[in-house]
Amino acid sequence: MTDEPLLRVSALSKFYGSRVGCENVTFDLWPGEVLAVVGESGSGKTTLLNCLSTRLLPSSGTASYRMRDGQWRELYRMSEAERRFLMRTDWGFVHQNPADGLRMTVSAGANVGERLMAVGDRHYGRIRATAVDWLSRVEIDEDRIDDEPRAFSGGMRQRLQIARNLVTGPRLVFMDEPTGGLDVSVQARLLDLLRGLVTDLGLAAIVVTHDLAVARLLSQRMMVMKDGRVVESGLTDRVLDDPRAPYTQLLVSSILQV
Amino acid sequence: MTAQPTGIATYNFAYLDDQTKRMIRRAILKGIAIPGYQVPFASREMPMPYGWGTGGVQVTASIIGPDDVLKVIDQGADDTTNAVSIRAFFKKVAKVAVTTETAKATIIQSRHRIPEHPLTAAQVLVFQVPIPEPLRFLEPRETETRKMHALEEYGLMHVKLYEDIARHGRIATTYAYPVKVEGRYVMDPSPTPKFDNPKMHCSPALQLFGAGREKRIYAVPPFTDVVSLDFEDHPFEVQTFDQPCALCGAENVYLDEVILDDHGGHMFVCSDTDHCEKRRGDSTSPSWGGRAEGAGGSGLATTPATSTPALRADPPHEGEGKEAE
Repeated sequence: MTDEPLLRVSALSKFYGSRVGCENVTFDLWPGEVLAVVGESGSGKTTLLNCLSTRLLPSSGTASYRMRDGQWRELYRMSEAERRFLMRTDWGFVHQNPADGLRMTVSAGANVGERLMAVGDRHYGRIRATAVDWLSRVEIDEDRIDDEPRAFSGGMRQRLQIARNLVTGPRLVFMDEPTGGLDVSVQARLLDLLRGLVTDLGLAAIVVTHDLAVARLLSQRMMVMKDGRVVESGLTDRVLDDPRAPYTQLLVSSILQV
Repeated sequence: MTAQPTGIATYNFAYLDDQTKRMIRRAILKGIAIPGYQVPFASREMPMPYGWGTGGVQVTASIIGPDDVLKVIDQGADDTTNAVSIRAFFKKVAKVAVTTETAKATIIQSRHRIPEHPLTAAQVLVFQVPIPEPLRFLEPRETETRKMHALEEYGLMHVKLYEDIARHGRIATTYAYPVKVEGRYVMDPSPTPKFDNPKMHCSPALQLFGAGREKRIYAVPPFTDVVSLDFEDHPFEVQTFDQPCALCGAENVYLDEVILDDHGGHMFVCSDTDHCEKRRGDSTSPSWGGRAEGAGGSGLATTPATSTPALRADPPHEGEGKEAE
């Protein structure tokens, strides 16, 4: 980790008319750090994630990102072209539903290669070799490279989506319920894979989840949200083992014990 | 202003009213100013169904003057339904001279071919375009494709070419092959065979594209860079043919396959009928009698008018040849 954070968020708020999406969220994210945002549905987690990834513009507040050249840029003042470029090079976004993040009608190889072509790679052999490499890293057989994601299971689609996002070597990945809708054994393998990738690549990630177990496995730090506000934040182990806010205590005690 | 007494009291010169022509000309001028950019325009109902060249007809109607000589081709041929009808249409509503000879025409409206005969700066080529958006089949949202053009995000176009190579081992797109115009806009050259793409590059003739149903006009001004997209290790190539044209013996031209019978007999002939007829008119061109393949042999091939009904191996019709005035 370096001395400077990667992302600085300050007093970020998003209102939908008079209703609160998220309000007054402030935090720093450091390179290589995984931050989990937990809370029940409707608590503003996804609104916050969409604001941070510039898919939504916030009502007020700022977010600055340290570019690869060390320059700080304010996200909401960048041009759309710059933001979209950042989105497909230095960032990744893993959707809960893989169909939202994949091109379902082109082959797995092209899905992985699209970002490379978008940044100007024009060598078929190289693009394909990179795609093969990434498919193996997310445990998809090489002989599935020319299959469409429509022919893939839910878990495979999610892994393909991850490969597609990581191929340009991003430094920051946003994940919206990456394990949502998968059965537990597939979930476990995906989490294992994500944990390995995040550690190997030194990725910073913001993971939105309602599943506290996912947060515990993946993240070093977490924020608990309720009604659009952050009610508690701290090291993941501390928050889960010693919850202080009444809502966090309720949340932790609601975990089903098997 | 091109309004002229036409003899048909109910129609303006070249069918469209002058306000409409002015609107279309503005779109054409904008298209020329921004090569390859799709300019929206208020496409009118034409007395023909969508898909039959309503865009091309509107462009032609807006630029044609009484002194113009019009040629219309349909898949290279001057004598197929679409070409004959559109030629007859302009003969009627604009009283212009029509021709089938490429060199004599000042405006050439084309459905999916560029004539083999080199074009000059005095000519305008008008294309009929069914789907002007090259990214459409990859990205269905118009809002998104317009943004992609605006931000020059063309990675997706290569995804299509990647898919081709992954599935077929080579770029299998043979028509509507995407091009980049003047280093900026990616453009659909309309469903012309990719054989014609190199002819668009630095062409001395102005090239206009009209899509009636999709309500878009775009243009390639004379002497503009038109580069076909490709990969470094899979460069762009045009189609090649094993044999020359079975009728005129021309090589390095685009050929159509003509089925001769139900037993696999076929031959390849020039898609550009004017080019083929010109060559056959030349005494220097090789004899074409023995070149037909398959059943029937040379006896069949020497009498194509009777043996290949409805195909463009037919010799020119009497009336068609006299149309040039």
